[in-house]
Amino acid sequence: MRRRVPLTICLVCGIVMVIQFFVPHPISQTLYNEARRWFIIIASFTLILGLESLTRLHVNRVRRRQSGWGYSIITLVSLVFTAVTGVIWGIGEGSLFMRIYRYIYAPLQATMFSMLAFYMASAAYRSFRARTPEAVLLLVSALFMMFGRVPIGDLVFAHTSEVIEWILQYPSMAVQRGILLGVGLGIIATSLKIILGVERNWLGGT
Amino acid sequence: MLNKILNLPRPWIYLLVALAVAIPLILGWELPVRVTPPVKNLFEEVESTPDSQAVLLSCDYDPSLVPELYPMTVAILRHCLSAKKHILIMSLYPQGVGLAQMALEDVKKEFPNAQEGIDYTFLGFTPGYSMVILGLGEDIHEVFPRDYYGNPIDSLPMMRKIHNFNDINVVITLCGSGIYSTWVVYANTKYRQKVGVGATAVIAPAIYPYLQTGQLVGLLGGLKGASEYEYLVYKKGYSTGRRRACERMGAQTTTHLLIIGMIILCNVLYSIQRRRRRTQ
Repeated sequence: MRRRVPLTICLVCGIVMVIQFFVPHPISQTLYNEARRWFIIIASFTLILGLESLTRLHVNRVRRRQSGWGYSIITLVSLVFTAVTGVIWGIGEGSLFMRIYRYIYAPLQATMFSMLAFYMASAAYRSFRARTPEAVLLLVSALFMMFGRVPIGDLVFAHTSEVIEWILQYPSMAVQRGILLGVGLGIIATSLKIILGVERNWLGGT
Repeated sequence: MLNKILNLPRPWIYLLVALAVAIPLILGWELPVRVTPPVKNLFEEVESTPDSQAVLLSCDYDPSLVPELYPMTVAILRHCLSAKKHILIMSLYPQGVGLAQMALEDVKKEFPNAQEGIDYTFLGFTPGYSMVILGLGEDIHEVFPRDYYGNPIDSLPMMRKIHNFNDINVVITLCGSGIYSTWVVYANTKYRQKVGVGATAVIAPAIYPYLQTGQLVGLLGGLKGASEYEYLVYKKGYSTGRRRACERMGAQTTTHLLIIGMIILCNVLYSIQRRRRRTQ
């Protein structure tokens, strides 16, 4: 029963919404608008679910004194403090909430991502080696793209931008399009499997 | 000696990268900008927005992508506020709202006369990705009954004539993920809405198929795309403010050159090492 009910809801909703797409009748349109509203309401509740999951995970980590539990305390304190400042003093221009966002959260996240440049440079130096003809091809195109994606490329060779645009618009796009078609067919197949109840991983468990 | 250079300790590589980034930024090294067609097309699309319509800017990114996408946000806002194009600002990501507000605060210093609800409207965030986009195609007022500051959307003069995609000339999504395809599928395919993308350099090549089919009107690819848009805004006389993307292109250039040099050096040394091993 616990599995049959959600599977039936999924089957009915899936088939009804597929049929609805091809029927321009006002009743069909009303159904579509109503489903759209429901989806936004359900999506809002996923935020609460995420908050509950995050809190439970870190509270348990602190309670069991697992490794790195100190970071969990920082996470929980930051979560509560940011939320409280937003609720009490608002989220408008110049508010404490926006200052936390601008001067703490944004620089921290940007710094974490910027560190990738250092790791990438190190990895490129150590492992980007022309061992096979395929590796040579990849190496040459990568070097040319890196050279062409900065202004100095045009200063050295006047048509660098045009060559880069050509690479992106023809050889690269041909491959991308193939991947996109594959992904599209995969999405259709997976959606059908979910609607028809063949794919049941989304229910959780085994 | 050969082995020593090939196995250069990581801290030395990190130091070289740090210098390659820091020196051009300190010296303020700027390079000439050459505008590519996808950037020019998007700029002209915004430029051609009539008074009866608006531009919709969706900041669908988080702070990790600030270096590449924030200059795009600022440049587009400057363009719209200076050229008196109505602009709606929103985000499909909760973290993107803060960045949109930061950009607005920064740009409003340059255009103090720009008024919320008259020149621009900050819609904020509503969860639901695809359903939000579909909702915008039906009725913006229903998806965002209030703006970010809590004002009823119907009370804003600008929003009285903007109801759905029919009143939007172009949607611009700034993103570092596959969210652009959601805009293509739901806004362009279903509602024939013109869509432009500002994306990180990593995902820009994956977007070209949509440009070729005409599903996208333009593309700003990475920091280079941002610098090109900034340059166009500056060249048209819309803003004389700080051009952060153009300033950063110097650092990006030296870093690219450093990595190119390091890859070439390591391959030359590697081939010498292989030859020596064969002869031994």
